Amino acid sequence: MKIKVDTAGLKGTKWYEFVFRFFMGGAITALAGLAAKRFGPEIGGLFLAFPAIIPATATLIKKREQQKKERAGYEGAERGRAAAAVDVAGAVLGGLGLITFALVVWLRMREWKTATVLMMASLAWFLVALSVWQLRETFCRRMRAHRPNILTHTLRSVVDRKPVANRR
Amino acid sequence: MKDILLRIIIGGVAVSAFAMLGELLKPKSFAGLFGAAPSVSLATMVLTVMKEGKTYASIEARSMVLGAVAFIIYAAIISRLMIRRRMQVLSATTLGIGIWVACAFGLWYGFLR
Repeated sequence: MKIKVDTAGLKGTKWYEFVFRFFMGGAITALAGLAAKRFGPEIGGLFLAFPAIIPATATLIKKREQQKKERAGYEGAERGRAAAAVDVAGAVLGGLGLITFALVVWLRMREWKTATVLMMASLAWFLVALSVWQLRETFCRRMRAHRPNILTHTLRSVVDRKPVANRR
Repeated sequence: MKDILLRIIIGGVAVSAFAMLGELLKPKSFAGLFGAAPSVSLATMVLTVMKEGKTYASIEARSMVLGAVAFIIYAAIISRLMIRRRMQVLSATTLGIGIWVACAFGLWYGFLR
């Protein structure tokens, strides 16, 4: 599957959703700082990997997909939930990149310049996340080709449902 | 107080920027990678180094490794709860925060304490 840039998702975002994310991100960053100050860097460091974006993003994706399907006359709740679950599953792969980021900072912070460490760690995060995602895509494509019912059953059962109007 | 306000602003901007980037990209599984972007750590690391020094930041990053392991467990469990158990998104992600806290502190207790 090709990676694309689509501005439609951004256009549909409400102003309060941006504000919510801003304050959520700010609150977690402040919490990490306060935890480090009160309990030391060992506890404060845990919060640097706090899932700050996921709850808001997953809820937003679910709402959007649901509305889109319902406008087309389909039942949208399950499709919305499936889309949110796919997004969160992507974060599992990104988490492997997050471990790499933390390892680079931990092992190289004392030797390298701060800016260099953060740039290299960010690059490592992106490359690991992208590579694992690409591997998973290739694996899933091959599995689907051989045993289509197993991997795609859950999502297809949601996508292929008949329109609400027809089922009544 | 000034330090907290600065963290709120920098953290808010970093998290919002990565969230926006995630919204711009397709497919969804790829966009999901940005849900695990190191936004909070990028926002705070420079401040931490300036104020507390490199050793302090390095210790924080060591704990962050465990936090990231907890993150993977969190994301894997809530994704499964939504697909297999058909749990509501808000319930799953909220319950998941408790799972993250339990895993992160459990790992810290097991490996770093």
